[in-house]
Amino acid sequence: MENEQHDPSHVETPSLPVPDSSLPSPGRTPLTEIIVVTSGKGGVGKTTTSASLAVGLAKRGKKVAVIDFDVGLRNLDLIMGCERRVVYDFVNVIHEECTLKQALIKDKRFDTLFVLAASQTRDKDALSKEGVEKVLKELTDEGFDYIICDSPAGIEKGASLAMYFADRAVVVVNPEVSSVRDSDRILGLLSSKTRRAELGNGPVEQYLLLTRYNPERVAGGDMMGVDDVKEILGIEVLGVIPESPGVLTASNAGVPVILDDISPAGQAYEDAVARLAGETRPMRFLEAQKKGFLARIFGS
Amino acid sequence: MGILDFFRSRPKNTASVAKERLRIIVAQERAQTGRPDYLPLLRREILEVIKKYVNVDPDAIDIHVERDGDSEVLELSVALPERNGAPPAPTETTTAAAGEA
Repeated sequence: MENEQHDPSHVETPSLPVPDSSLPSPGRTPLTEIIVVTSGKGGVGKTTTSASLAVGLAKRGKKVAVIDFDVGLRNLDLIMGCERRVVYDFVNVIHEECTLKQALIKDKRFDTLFVLAASQTRDKDALSKEGVEKVLKELTDEGFDYIICDSPAGIEKGASLAMYFADRAVVVVNPEVSSVRDSDRILGLLSSKTRRAELGNGPVEQYLLLTRYNPERVAGGDMMGVDDVKEILGIEVLGVIPESPGVLTASNAGVPVILDDISPAGQAYEDAVARLAGETRPMRFLEAQKKGFLARIFGS
Repeated sequence: MGILDFFRSRPKNTASVAKERLRIIVAQERAQTGRPDYLPLLRREILEVIKKYVNVDPDAIDIHVERDGDSEVLELSVALPERNGAPPAPTETTTAAAGEA
């Protein structure tokens, strides 16, 4: 064995921590990274997260496409504020009813950010693995740095196609029993039903993003904390987004919450994007704010 | 939080209840995925064997597999009826078999 010649390209990455191996480094040809935002359970904040991650990465000068995989129930366009500019959609591109360029909606705020809307009129069977692969390949050839795939809820076709080609997965979780359980199902699928798993190209990197986090309730023992959820799911934490009124006002206005730099949720998304890009940032907004004695008695 | 809540005693810590329930269900569901789903069949066949000797209630048999480190424990619990054909009483026998996973 000791004389065996190793072709370096075939050496399996050992489980040693290789710093930043997944991140584009200077001197390495920039690759397109496909990131799926998924959860299993509905209503936990996948679309809010997809929109904010995409905007955050574009803000850093990256070329980003964000794709809505929720065929029949599209909403990413509303959250991104481009709903009135949707002419062609993802399914039109797959069925060659238009070109990819015609369907990509350029963001009004960032030149390097593009939205690909889901079809509102077709059903989920309008997506095919080959079709999705073709679109992702074309985006890769166009030199996109990141492709964010906004998964629908559930574990059916739309969700499985959104995760199939992913390099990294952001699993959005609320600190609540049904969300955590569903996320664990999704983690199982990410490690078996993805192209990386099937080709043996190494696992899809999985990150936990906790949303609707309420530090006061965690402190009071009524909500699982970030460490509890991390312990159950066993994956790295990308960020903790506190429950914040800013999320609703942002979606009302069609301005992703990350652009609201006063709101704690916006700031927490900013931190999450920085971590996604390889920076180290301390977790913020985990501590309950101290309430005065009067506020505790008379309500806040 | 109002004046009444302030003086009311704190409810018990529901977050730790949630965590404990999740820990169990997640471990159980992880163990089930990707493995042959033989437990229902095993349960039926064991029941048939037992029935040759004792008349047990079909619902009186309970099977779990639990993982503990790198070994698995198959836990089988059968509620035996009382002697002389009396209605089944909750006499419980637990058999545990341990083996390497």
